[in-house]
Parts: sequence; structure tokens; C-alpha cells
Amino acid sequence: MNIPDHLRYTADHEWVARKSDTALVGITDYAQGELGDIVFVEIETVGQALRQGDVFGTVEAVKTVSDLFMPVSGTLLEKNAGLDSTPEAVNSDAYGSGWMVRIQLDDPAQVDALMSPDEYRKHLGL
Amino acid sequence: MEKALLLTPLHPVHIQLGARMMPFAGYDMPLSYSGIRNEHLSVRNACGLFDVSHMGQFRVEGGGALNFLQHITTNDVARLKIRQAQYSCIPHPDGGIVDDLLVYRLAEQQYMLVVNASRVDEVADVLHAYAGADCSILNISEETALLALQGPMAVDILEACTTEAVRELAYYHFVTGVVDGVEGILISATGYTGAGGFELYIPRASAVKIWDALMKAGAVYGLLPCGLGARDTLRLEKGYCLNGYELSYSSGPVEARLDWIVRYNKDFIHKNLYLSKKTGGCDRYLVGFEMVDKGIPRHDFDIMNESGQKIGVVSSGSESPSTGKLIGLGFVDSDHQNEGSSLWINIRGRSLKAKVVKLPFV
Repeated sequence: MNIPDHLRYTADHEWVARKSDTALVGITDYAQGELGDIVFVEIETVGQALRQGDVFGTVEAVKTVSDLFMPVSGTLLEKNAGLDSTPEAVNSDAYGSGWMVRIQLDDPAQVDALMSPDEYRKHLGL
Repeated sequence: MEKALLLTPLHPVHIQLGARMMPFAGYDMPLSYSGIRNEHLSVRNACGLFDVSHMGQFRVEGGGALNFLQHITTNDVARLKIRQAQYSCIPHPDGGIVDDLLVYRLAEQQYMLVVNASRVDEVADVLHAYAGADCSILNISEETALLALQGPMAVDILEACTTEAVRELAYYHFVTGVVDGVEGILISATGYTGAGGFELYIPRASAVKIWDALMKAGAVYGLLPCGLGARDTLRLEKGYCLNGYELSYSSGPVEARLDWIVRYNKDFIHKNLYLSKKTGGCDRYLVGFEMVDKGIPRHDFDIMNESGQKIGVVSSGSESPSTGKLIGLGFVDSDHQNEGSSLWINIRGRSLKAKVVKLPFV
């Protein structure tokens, strides 16, 4: 199970990479494995200001569908347009080319309050 | 208290292979090993091996076996030759089915029924309710393992493990013989993937040995272990019905377009219900559809017409791993069943367009 040290995590299996007052958001290696082959990622909330816990999109796998939740409050600056043609990047490179959205953070401190890699590992029972 | 899940004899093999497991019909079964799409394509292009030992089997024999089976199933059992199998169903008093099943003729007065795992008890009830003293019924589900070797390379792989003339075996025919030194294996040219191949009925104690032999012989052909996820997408691409989805107590072969398994020139239980549907027509019929808009139709989603009125319901849906298209089966009002008809699927509150297409999808 790949859980990079430099990221923060949520109980809904999203990761957040903060860079100053913006952040990249994706789903974890565990989440992509649970979903299986991802068919497409649907995000139609770019430009919207959403609160922590709001649904910002959905991810459809062959057998299941799952909502994507805002790990922190903020405004969606962009989505990963590359996923339109290669959604399988979420399976093969969840923390890299499989990123989902970039957000403008309302409060950068919200990111620091998320789970650390160790806490996330514990959350998974590892 | 939750009932403990049942285990097939291959269970330790699945765990060792790192399969993603799921509860299915009371069994702990493999959903997938290397990914549904990967397994699906391996069956279409090469070969896949499925453990479907959860399925149920009954042996029915005696002087009254033929008449008994004619009475409780819809297809014409009298047409079955020894070493031949037949797809059929057992009607339910609500107008649908108790289960769809395979009927194998093992000997002059001996048959085997193969039923869905989730319906074993209900089928047993029907069998015992209608059987006379001239026919005996034995549930052999527990002692029988079932492996499905499916795909264009299946015959080459199986030939490496048996001296039986499996290449000459016609579709829906079977032979009983030796596989990897194990006697009494029923080798059947059947399956539910539409990719060709075989199903092997194996004494429980030999299941792991045969699995290992097939996997070893199949390595050079790209044989992969496959789970129930791929089994479902494979059958969906071919438009095959699944009990609990396209078929139910109230939905049977008439509305699901399986009319060819119903022989109206003989008597069978609840025939009048089928006849009235056939002559009077059904409210809704099964169609295949393909999404025009981007969305995956899932079981139980509503189907609507252009003005948003509900005209049906999705029974199964998925991405087609073979084509990448988003496909589904569903029941729609009869005036929307023609090829090319536009449908709108309610996918989590959004109305997404689809069109009726000819089955099978691939």
C-alpha cells in the first residue's frame, strides 16, 4: 500500500498536497484499489466554492460508483483534464497523473489538521 | 448473528492469489484477481478460469424422471440425448421464474440440474413438492466443484490435461472422463461468457488439483484466474440474463426474450401465466441499450421517455470492457423497445440519453 509521507489524508480516502494557499486533491492508492478499474471521473464543480465534506464529483468504476468529497473548504480552480481521456491514471498513478482537482484553500490550516500518513495507515488498520 | 460464509474448495487458492473477495449467495467468492477489465479481455482474447463451485447441482433419476422434469421445466426435456445439456427454467406462480438452470441428461433415466447458488433451497422445495415416488432427487451441490474454463484458447489448454476428444465436443454437449489423472470429471461445452470453452464438474476433493493443472497448462496461453466481476461483464456484453436482475419471480422468459426455452406444446407448471403473457403481450420487454451521454446505468435506475415519464427500469449496466461503450439491459414499455428508440436514464438525478441497440452488444 503506497501512502506517501508528504501528503495529508481524509477518512474518505482522499489525499491533499498543499502548496502555499492552493492544494491538489486525489484519491488514495487504497481507494483506487477498492474501486477497481476506473471508467471515468466526473467533475462539474470547477469555479464553485465548496465546504469541507461537500461532494465535488463522482468516480465511476466498472462495478461501483463513488462520490468525491472536498477534504477541506475552498474554490475549485481546475480539474485534471487528462482524466477525460485516461481515467485509468487514477488506478496506475493515484498520487501523480491521477490527481483530480486543484483548489484555492479557504484556510490552509485545515490541511494540516487532516490525517498524517501514520494516522491514515492506522485508519486503514495497517 | 450473521451466518458464516460458505467456502468453495478453491477458497485457499483465491486467498493465496490475493483475490478481492466478496460475499455472494452465502459464499465468500472472488470478485477479481488482477482487475475486472484485464480478466474480461483475457477471456475474450485468450482464456480465463473461474471458480463457480458455489452453483448448485441436483441429480434426478428414475423411471419418472423425464415426465417429472417435463412438468417442472419449460424446455422440452424429451429432446435431450444422453451427453447433451439444455438451458431451461422453472416457472414461479408469480409469472416469472424460480430459477433458470441447465438440465444435463447423464443416462437413460438420469439427469443433473445445475442451478444458481442463491436458489438451491427454493429449487429443492419445488423438486420435492412435485416429484413422485418413481423418481429420486439428490442434492449434490456440496460434493461438486465447478470450474469454468472460458475463451478461445480453452480447448488447447484442456487438451493438454485430458485425452478426451474435447475439440470435437459440440456446444451444449458433454463427456465424462479423466482430467489430469482424475476420473469421473464431467466436461461440458458450456459457459456463460459467450467466449466458448468448457465447464468441468469435479469431485470436491480434486478441485484444487484440476485448477492447478489447468493454470499450469494455460500459462503459455495467457490463462488468467477470473472472478465474478468479469463473469458479470462478460455475460452482460452477450445480453445473457441473470436471475435477480433480468429474471425474478415476476419476470420470466417471455418478457426477457427467452421464448426459445419455452415449449408451449407440452404441459408445465404455471403454463397458463406464460401463455397469457405470450398471447396478451407484456407491459414491458427487455432491451439492450447503449449510452449516448456519458454515464453508467446501474441496476434499478429509472428509464424515462423524452418528456420525463417513467417507462422502464435498468436491470444491469456497465462499461463494456471490450468496446469501452457504456451499456445496459433494462425493461421498457413495449412502444419504446424498437432498435434506435431514444431512452433517458436517471443517473443519480441527471437525465442522460441512451438508445436501444440490437443484442448482443459484442
